[in-house]
Amino acid sequence: MHELGLTQSILDIAVEHAVKNGAAKISQVNVKAGEMTAIVEDSMQFFFEYLAGDTIAAGAQLVIEHVPIVIRCLQCGKESEVEQLDIYTCPHCGEHAVELVSGREFFVDSIEVE
Amino acid sequence: MEIKVLESIFAANENLADKNAEVFKEKGIFAINLMSSPGAGKTSFILETARRLSGHHKAAVIEGDIASKVDAEKVREHGIETVQINTGGACHLEANMIQKSLEYLDLTGVDLLIIENVGNLVCPADFVLGESARVVILSVPEGDDKPLKYPTIFSSCEVLIINKIDMLALSDFSMERLEDTVRKLNPNVNVIPLSCRTGEGFDAWMGWLEDKLSGALGL
Repeated sequence: MHELGLTQSILDIAVEHAVKNGAAKISQVNVKAGEMTAIVEDSMQFFFEYLAGDTIAAGAQLVIEHVPIVIRCLQCGKESEVEQLDIYTCPHCGEHAVELVSGREFFVDSIEVE
Repeated sequence: MEIKVLESIFAANENLADKNAEVFKEKGIFAINLMSSPGAGKTSFILETARRLSGHHKAAVIEGDIASKVDAEKVREHGIETVQINTGGACHLEANMIQKSLEYLDLTGVDLLIIENVGNLVCPADFVLGESARVVILSVPEGDDKPLKYPTIFSSCEVLIINKIDMLALSDFSMERLEDTVRKLNPNVNVIPLSCRTGEGFDAWMGWLEDKLSGALGL
């Protein structure tokens, strides 16, 4: 949805941390994205290559690890993975009141530098 | 060499939102992030709310639209302190826009700030503004299936206003089906059916709001 701005944020965060650690070049940026963030990875890869062009991250790999949506049932306490953003029902007991364990996170996990 | 970063990609917006929240807290202002699709009745809802509060609470409004001053002019006509944000194409408000617009608002004596987000059921849900509460309006003509189609926004609000209930007889909208669907997404949401046009059901909303305003003022 907002891939260009978000990709710029990823790049800014990566460069800031690399500079802070005295690195001259970034070779890889590892991002974790929950399935609920619904980002379009193709656009993000395209923008990343373009935006990184004249920074120390030029030519770096953007690796996006998708984090599954996991819910915990408030009735039986069991955790389950669900496929998509939808109404969540506990597959174990059919209870509707569930809480989200993961799936909404979106952060730069680490960077590989030289 | 690997460097651990662990920094949220939404961090820039989240940090500014925290700053806005601090300003609201310091000034004793209850801030509402009001979201809905275009035409659900956000502006009518704001006007009726401010009218009913007048005399004992003071409201200010931030109007978020892609273009035009139509809404701000309508609200200002009623003597309400208002600032218009034109996002110039952006489909939602972000925390920095709120921070900037606060400079243009006279918040003296204000205890309620209503931020009317851009009419959109998708993007505004992902961007916190520093609000004290999120209120979503769904209107009867839009249909009772909207929570299924836009789950994020319906799962993140404290209050869901069902507006235009004076049109219920003209539609297949089922309040029961709506409540059933939305509670599966958001078990604790307050569903308040009302009509800004006839005023029916508005007392329930004002009751919720007055409680929150007392809390914000520490009464």
